[in-house]
Amino acid sequence: MAEAVMGHGAGHDASHGGGDHDGHHYTATGLNSWKVGFWTFIGSECLFFGTLLSTYMVYKGASLEGPYPLDIFDIPLTTLSTFVLLMSSLAMVLGLDGVQKGSRGKAAFWLGVVVVFGSIFLGFQYYEFNHFIHEGLTLQHSVFGSTFYVLTGFHGAHVTVGVIWMTTLLVQSLRGKLTPDKALQVEIAGLYWHFVDIVWIVIFVLVYLIP
Amino acid sequence: MSETTLNPDMAPDDTAPDSAPSHMQHGGHDEPTGLWSWITTVDHKRIGIMYFLTSLVFLGIGGIEALIIRLQLFAPEQALISAETYNQLFTMHGTTMIFLVAMPMAVAFFNYVVPLQIGARDVAFPRLNALSYWIYLFGGIYLNVSWFFGAAPNNSWVGYAPLTNTVYNPGLNADFWVLGLSILGVSSIMGGVNFITTIIQLRAPGMKLMRMPIFTWMTFVTSFLLVTALPVIAVALILLAFDRFFATNFFVAASGGDPVLWQHLFWIFGHPEVYILVLPAFGAISDVIPAFSRKPLFGYPVVVYAGVLIGFIGWGVWSHHMFTSGLGPIADSFFVATTMIIAIPTGVKIFNWMATMWGGRIKFNTAMNFAIGLVALFTVGGLSGIMHSSAPVDLQQHDSYFVVAHFHYVIVGGILLGMFSGLYYWFPKVTGRFMDEKLGSWHFWTTLIGFNVTFFPMHFSGMYGMPRRTWTYSSELNVGLYNQLSTYGGFILAISTVILLWNIWKSARSGAEAGSNPWGAPSLEWSIPSPPHHYNFPALPTVQSREPMWHEAERKAIEAVTLAHPEVEPEMPNPSYWPILLALGVTATWALVMTGIWWVPLIGFAYTAFCTYMWAFEDPFAKKGAEVTHG
Amino acid sequence: MRFSRLAALAGVVLLAACAGEYPQSSIAPATDFAQRIQDLYFQIFLWTMGILAVVWIVLAYILVRFRERPDSPVPEQVHGHLGLEIAWTIVPALIVVAIAVPTIQATFDTQTPHPDAIVVDVIGHQYWWEFHYPEHGGQRTANELRLPVDQPVALRIWSDDVLHSFWVPQLGGKRDANPLRAVPEGDDITYNWIFMTPQETGTFMGQCAEFCGESHAIMGMRVVVESQEDFDQWLADWDTGHAPVTETAQAEIEAEPDAAALAGPQDPAGESAAPAVTGAEAAQQALIEEGRQAFAIGGCAGCHAINGDPSAGGVLGPNLTLLGRRSTIAAGWLENTPENLERWIADPRSFKPGVLMPGVDYPSDPPSFWPATNLSPEQVRAVAAYLFSLR
Repeated sequence: MAEAVMGHGAGHDASHGGGDHDGHHYTATGLNSWKVGFWTFIGSECLFFGTLLSTYMVYKGASLEGPYPLDIFDIPLTTLSTFVLLMSSLAMVLGLDGVQKGSRGKAAFWLGVVVVFGSIFLGFQYYEFNHFIHEGLTLQHSVFGSTFYVLTGFHGAHVTVGVIWMTTLLVQSLRGKLTPDKALQVEIAGLYWHFVDIVWIVIFVLVYLIP
Repeated sequence: MSETTLNPDMAPDDTAPDSAPSHMQHGGHDEPTGLWSWITTVDHKRIGIMYFLTSLVFLGIGGIEALIIRLQLFAPEQALISAETYNQLFTMHGTTMIFLVAMPMAVAFFNYVVPLQIGARDVAFPRLNALSYWIYLFGGIYLNVSWFFGAAPNNSWVGYAPLTNTVYNPGLNADFWVLGLSILGVSSIMGGVNFITTIIQLRAPGMKLMRMPIFTWMTFVTSFLLVTALPVIAVALILLAFDRFFATNFFVAASGGDPVLWQHLFWIFGHPEVYILVLPAFGAISDVIPAFSRKPLFGYPVVVYAGVLIGFIGWGVWSHHMFTSGLGPIADSFFVATTMIIAIPTGVKIFNWMATMWGGRIKFNTAMNFAIGLVALFTVGGLSGIMHSSAPVDLQQHDSYFVVAHFHYVIVGGILLGMFSGLYYWFPKVTGRFMDEKLGSWHFWTTLIGFNVTFFPMHFSGMYGMPRRTWTYSSELNVGLYNQLSTYGGFILAISTVILLWNIWKSARSGAEAGSNPWGAPSLEWSIPSPPHHYNFPALPTVQSREPMWHEAERKAIEAVTLAHPEVEPEMPNPSYWPILLALGVTATWALVMTGIWWVPLIGFAYTAFCTYMWAFEDPFAKKGAEVTHG
Repeated sequence: MRFSRLAALAGVVLLAACAGEYPQSSIAPATDFAQRIQDLYFQIFLWTMGILAVVWIVLAYILVRFRERPDSPVPEQVHGHLGLEIAWTIVPALIVVAIAVPTIQATFDTQTPHPDAIVVDVIGHQYWWEFHYPEHGGQRTANELRLPVDQPVALRIWSDDVLHSFWVPQLGGKRDANPLRAVPEGDDITYNWIFMTPQETGTFMGQCAEFCGESHAIMGMRVVVESQEDFDQWLADWDTGHAPVTETAQAEIEAEPDAAALAGPQDPAGESAAPAVTGAEAAQQALIEEGRQAFAIGGCAGCHAINGDPSAGGVLGPNLTLLGRRSTIAAGWLENTPENLERWIADPRSFKPGVLMPGVDYPSDPPSFWPATNLSPEQVRAVAAYLFSLR
């Protein structure tokens, strides 16, 4: 939630930037302050997910009873949802390109694809959680259950925030407010989206693929 | 570098006549006043002042908690207060002093001083800055509200599992703690992001990284530690909250969880946290000592690198808090080595401060006294730290009053003295008035005496076997005398704090007026009027050296810009009430988790989301843009 | 090196004198483990004091020499000196190495078990210590650990609830009692250990050093280091629940009026005539017997076990076998006297807040499923007499 506050609240001020009170847009590095700030924030998020992942890894094999990861992971299915999320990143790139070029239709279309793909990913996650709970793996069942749901759940929460953010941009785009001078907002949203995507790839490899 | 280009000798009276304009001379669009203007402010200076005053209030609360603790320990086997009350008091004392006093007091200085030192008009994200402050305030209030429920946290400031589990701690106590710290963490991460961006982006032309004052440098390093260390504790607190509210197994040994993992996560955060606390104090005195020695800081690049190095190595030492937890000799040895290595850059800093004073012309005033006090007393804490960096020795000292003595020498002898030094140093900039030197002298000496009388005897109580976090102690231990001394010292410290408060109050109202550069100090914040305009710099000055105010030509060039009266005031962001409303939402969302009903926090979340949108679509420059023509 | 040894020696002499004065002193070693720590500590202590002296003396010199005077010249604007920087990086680094090498040696040495060590289990509970002798026949006792002198010992430490830390400073450093982590089948359980060889007989004080809840402050213990014979005798007595009753011993007891007087304050007549002694003796025996019954009636036996008392087999509370021989009760907090036992049994929480043991008129809470014992004052006195007679 903090992420939502910062990420989004951040995005809008970008037109003025923190430091460019004069409208001179002076910064010591020539970079945009919102981008620098957002990168810093992403650094912070890396530690956040890094700690969650470490906890998962530390507790690997510590569950007292099944179901164990190998019993319930459906790798082909998760591969598919991973692919969908990856494709949404591609759509994000195209959407940003649309905004930068002032192509309203292109921007809206691809932002829409991002929203849809993100939602599909969340749907997969919902299905997966449901299925696992049926298999007897609840949040309380074992350390595997606790670590798995908290790790992927927090990732899912980040995707959810991202989908809401993208929906907001989509609405703005449809209303014609996402002019090229607002491209920075979309770029920062894109940074967030790609980050969440990369985190998923790490989770997918470490949690699902490595036995 | 000939003598003539330097003007280190510039006494207050020598300052250029045009350098002492008070805020009175500036009418027009100057600052609005009144409560509402403070609630909605996004000005880093006002936020800094609010941070400082709030941390003073919490210092009072934490101090009173300490005094009650000391009264209870005055004599062996006393029962002035109940064991449960005692446990709540020491938990809240630690939590308050670390999270509600030491950290925010440093942030107060970051806020006020850093933009002025680098030649910026504000921080990079002014509204986010206000949000950080309000979350800190509400988080602090939330933590302390627990007293009114009779359920203040009672799990010690480190909250070791599984004592925090609902099985052993069924009440609201640990709920307040875990949720309160989460709230405060959000504030700190935001602050860190803000200051990193500010320092990278908003340095005035010519203010290269290696020209920045050391205080700014240490803020920079601290901010990196904030954004990297706080997420770790955030995860630890989330896991603990899940254990408490959703019966997960993270720290439940019977289900395969590992209570020691909590210790790892806590200290991976906790040790960088120590440097988060101490580096700002180091930074402050690195600015104070040269100013009052009339010499540039000795070995500037070395002091910078040492600070950066401390920040890095600080990540690899956490398990020296866990030598007793049974990690095995290999891990123990690794952390012995890293811990001892970190002593080297710390020592280097101390030597450089001393070398700065060597050959100088040392002017003893309260700011300098506190800085010297830090050099002398932090060394004591650092050296007792060397003692328990040795794992076998630590097995005797860990969790005894010896360690209590050690970290109070670090935290009070290092951090608090450094902060006080900074206060006396920058107070004239903030208020346009000097702090009273006579009261300052009293404050310094009572602090110095009270501090040593309180904490020095604790080395002995600890060495003679008194463990920390104990409600009382057996008369057989024979440590009554040491405890008595500590209690007397505590009350001397209380007196010193009263003197400080009186001095602040009195000096802010009727202190002697100070000009723009009352100390003849070298850095950029001394080039603008005291107190500064809300826009700080009419135009951005160009910096050419590390001590711009000490080089005559450079000083004149800068002051021509910084003391000028602009035709059109620079456009600053509008006040906004969304930060406080959003902060309320963040706090409420967390606090509502306590209800244990899953959908109740969602109400707070919805409100927070609403505020976020309102914030996001608010244009901070909207109205002013209509009035003022853009340059 | 020679100097440091000399100083360490002087320190030891100085501090040994203080050991009696400070019974929980961490600088009065009585085992090889504690001695090793002590030697290391003194070495480091000397280094740090040396550094402190240098820093303070130089600082004092600077403050006096370079203070602002009316005739002070404008200071020369020195920006640094590479040689100095290197020097004060290298020298501390060398000192660090000098400290780190013996530290790491000691870290490994003190965590290596002696091949002949006997294993004794140390189990932390809120708020008392349980000791178990798995290699001697499974004897269990509480709050007073008995160890034979000069016999290497390996303390195997864990906790039954929250974290505790076993710390008897004169015996050496502390080690946390962690809850035993459940592991999947086939994996090893990990314990914490202290390895040491007690080198002096005597009674040593210790207490829990990791915050463990409401009564953490009064979770103490005693460690009795005694000769191998005494230790073996204690183990044998534990197995029967009482001291061996030989004829001479019986005669001694009868000839020694104090033995009876010990049992109750109501009998000040230690010096009364011989026939009265027999009367008092009989009354005392009756009281003890009443106490044994009350112990069962009051529910005490549900939590406490007493070897030699078939009705007392509880395992939740401290094992009370041979309780009369312990020097303290209530986890090292009260001297073991019949009066203190009475006060403790009547109202344990007034001494130790948060304790699970119920008093005569209040239930235990939390958890509140142990009912109040409802013992009358006479019964309480009888239970105290009974427990005190377990010797």
